[in-house]
Amino acid sequence: TPSSDTDSNTDSEEESMSEGEMERLKEEVEEKKKVIAIMRNKPWRMKRRLVHLKECQEFVDKFEGALGKGKGRKFYAYKVMMTKKWIKFQRDFENFKTTCIPWERKIKEVESHFGSSVASYFIFLRWMYGMNMVLFGLTFGLVVIPEVLMGLPYGSIPRKTVPRAEQPTAQDYSVLMDFNGYCKYSVLFYGYYNNQRTIGLLKFRLPLSYLMVGVGTFGYSLMVVIRTMAKNADVGGGDGDDGEFTFAWKMFTSWDYLIGNAETADNKYASITTSFKESIVDEQENQKDENIHLRRFLRVLANFMIICCLGGSGYLIFFVVKRSQEFANRDDLSWYEKNELELIMSLLGLVCPPLFETIAELEEYHPRIALKWQLGRIFALFLGNLYTFLFALFDEVNNKLEEEVSIRNASIWAQKEYYANFTLYNNDTDTTPPPMDPSDVIRGPCWETAVGIEFVKLTVSDIQVTYLTILIGDFARAVIVRFLNYCWCWDLEATYPSYGEFDISGNVLGLVFNQGMIWMGAFYAPGLVGINVLRLLSSMYYQCWAVMATNVPHERVFKASKSNNFYMGLLLLILFLSLLPVVYTIMTLPPSFDCGPFSGKAKMFDVIMETIDLDLPAFLGTLMGYAANPGLIIPAVLLMVLAIYYLNSVSEAYQHANAELKKKMQMARDEEKNRRNNTESTDQVMKDLEDLLPNRSLLPPAPPPETDNKADQGGKSTKVRPGTAGKDVNLQKDVSLSSPNPNARGAVTRPPGPRGPGPLPGNGQQGPGGGPGRGRGRGQPPPRR
Amino acid sequence: MFPDLLLSVCPRLHGRFHELAPHLVPLDYTNQPDIRLPLALIVSMPELKENPFRNRIVEVFSEDGQGNLSFNDFVDMFSALCETAPRELKTIYAFKIYDFNVDNFLCKEDLEKTLNRLTKGELTPEEVNLVCSKAMEEADLDGDSKLSFSDFENMISKAPDFLR
Repeated sequence: TPSSDTDSNTDSEEESMSEGEMERLKEEVEEKKKVIAIMRNKPWRMKRRLVHLKECQEFVDKFEGALGKGKGRKFYAYKVMMTKKWIKFQRDFENFKTTCIPWERKIKEVESHFGSSVASYFIFLRWMYGMNMVLFGLTFGLVVIPEVLMGLPYGSIPRKTVPRAEQPTAQDYSVLMDFNGYCKYSVLFYGYYNNQRTIGLLKFRLPLSYLMVGVGTFGYSLMVVIRTMAKNADVGGGDGDDGEFTFAWKMFTSWDYLIGNAETADNKYASITTSFKESIVDEQENQKDENIHLRRFLRVLANFMIICCLGGSGYLIFFVVKRSQEFANRDDLSWYEKNELELIMSLLGLVCPPLFETIAELEEYHPRIALKWQLGRIFALFLGNLYTFLFALFDEVNNKLEEEVSIRNASIWAQKEYYANFTLYNNDTDTTPPPMDPSDVIRGPCWETAVGIEFVKLTVSDIQVTYLTILIGDFARAVIVRFLNYCWCWDLEATYPSYGEFDISGNVLGLVFNQGMIWMGAFYAPGLVGINVLRLLSSMYYQCWAVMATNVPHERVFKASKSNNFYMGLLLLILFLSLLPVVYTIMTLPPSFDCGPFSGKAKMFDVIMETIDLDLPAFLGTLMGYAANPGLIIPAVLLMVLAIYYLNSVSEAYQHANAELKKKMQMARDEEKNRRNNTESTDQVMKDLEDLLPNRSLLPPAPPPETDNKADQGGKSTKVRPGTAGKDVNLQKDVSLSSPNPNARGAVTRPPGPRGPGPLPGNGQQGPGGGPGRGRGRGQPPPRR
Repeated sequence: MFPDLLLSVCPRLHGRFHELAPHLVPLDYTNQPDIRLPLALIVSMPELKENPFRNRIVEVFSEDGQGNLSFNDFVDMFSALCETAPRELKTIYAFKIYDFNVDNFLCKEDLEKTLNRLTKGELTPEEVNLVCSKAMEEADLDGDSKLSFSDFENMISKAPDFLR
């Protein structure tokens, strides 16, 4: 027994505790610590939990300090104390983080009224807000603020000044709303930034930072999206068979414990009842043997119509973009003509989804499948629109690039002329002429700023349309229904139009596509991220208010759980698709000659080359030179491809193994059930094998001396040794594929005892006449499991 | 025991407990009084008011099985209902909640009562019977026509919607 005096201040007492006792003590302490850790998971009463907790804590406190040995003891005790403090700090920090989560109460309120699916939209919105805040921080901190603080002020160089021709109208509200005038020549857009290699005292490399932030935006977004997807996949699991436990799940998991509102509860009861009734009907009727051909024809027809719609909308956008190019050359434009492009795109987004839903009624799919088709089609619509818009835009860019060449020549010529005139009029060749006034310099078309302006206008109009839709579609509708109901012929609230329901998928898709546009446009318009942050912030409050004030809970309350990763997957796809145009422009298009941080370079990524040459030490430059060698890159790419292939095969193998295990479990379960119920096995394989067995009722009872033999053989039956059956042909042999011809020794007429179910090749053999007799002579067959 | 410890750790919960019966619940626990609130008061809380299983929930967490909760039990109940409670814990308590006749098995009558609470009696008796037999058939692994805890756990662990 260890010394009961645990005050181990004196070494002599320590020595009295032997190594073994120390180990045992240590084990006990670890055990108690484990109990403390898992106490949360035990369904004990609070009293019992607290008693145990106190006991364990006391034990741990008493003995833990005693475990350190000799001189290390003090350090050990110190380490233990620091660990405890660290754990406490972590716990406090977790609690603090939980209280810091914004809008938690608001979202919980929405949840208790509308169920978890509507709340999941707001949680998604909040997550997007967080991500956009980080992007905003990056962009503003590393690009905008340095330029504002350390760069040249407005009006000092041509790119930062409104040209003289535009100056009279530069402050007009309509011009500003179009993001021309003073807006165009501000930090919001690409064109404002100067191409000085370093600025200010700190020698901040702005062009490099601009490029890095642009690329880093995508990198960060990618990382965050994938991390969230992985986390969701973990929690969701979702590997259970969909139809395996339909009724049981409906019964035990359909109630949403977070509902606290009477109206929602009523709706939930109704929807549960409906859901049960549907399942009952499904269960009772067999496959509806309807006219398959008609259904197929209708489906093909519906798909054809929808493809026509999609093609039509794509063409419409292309047409409108071309028209807007023509408009750019005219000056007398009405408001409609100026904003035609954005209006058309937003209207298409509003009108087409309901159209798709109506056409989809032809198809008669199960509602969940129909929803997936609907989401897929809306996605295709938005994607098509966005890319058509992009292509048309790039057409314009190419035009601008051509224009640029001629303007560049013209501006150089104008500059030379100015100096010539100056010396002519001043007759003084000694003084250097002052530089031309910035607003007089002939300006290039600056295609990047133009692209940025287009994206900003699109985003702004999207915001406006969304907010207006909510205002009119939900709020005005609710007001009309509520107040006109008193003097209307039919009940507005119960039948048409009644109050609106919150359109979850539409809103989520809108959010996802909005983010796609931000990602695309942020490189050309750094201010766009800031606009988006404001939009998300106001959206949260506005939509929360709108939902609570004007919407009613869904009639069919559906689950949000599995959909989360679906929306994340969409976001990931959109991220890749928005990455492509930006990367393409960085790599291939030449930057404008007189605006933006890359002006004067042949390609935008030349900044990196320049930095490597000038700023980094020489050996890094040569290293990068070697690294960029195709001879190195191609093997690296090959290696990655092989690694992907390998991981893919490994994961497939795991999936196979999983499926096999599941099947085994299922078989075991079925057999167990059937055995207890004494019914016939439903497994066809087992049934077949049973049929092949000799009739068991013909077996005589077991003679006693055989029992020793059987015990022996029972023990040996787990070994697979083909050759050992030589002396005792009655050896109960484990079935193995490597066994030589079993007929030589007589048939193994019954399956071996300890083995589970599975194909039993040995059983298939009916031996010659002698075999069965011999087999049967051994008495009662062992139980089948 | 130890309500003063609990009190210091979760004062807000104690605030809620107190406002259910201000004249009964003391504000300090140094004398370790044994105060229990009856079922009717607890189920009037807004979080539980609309829940069809509110009575069962309170009964499960009460020591006497009648629904009278001391503050310890109160904290127990909300910590199990909390979002961050581990899944195994929720499974155990869910099983207890649905077990109306408290025999540690979910027999057919338990299922029928659950179903009637969920649908507020809207289904016909034949439909109720059908649903209960189907559910029993799906989840019952050992064939004794009632669900033991392991049957229930096996079925719930695969459900995607359980945590809420």
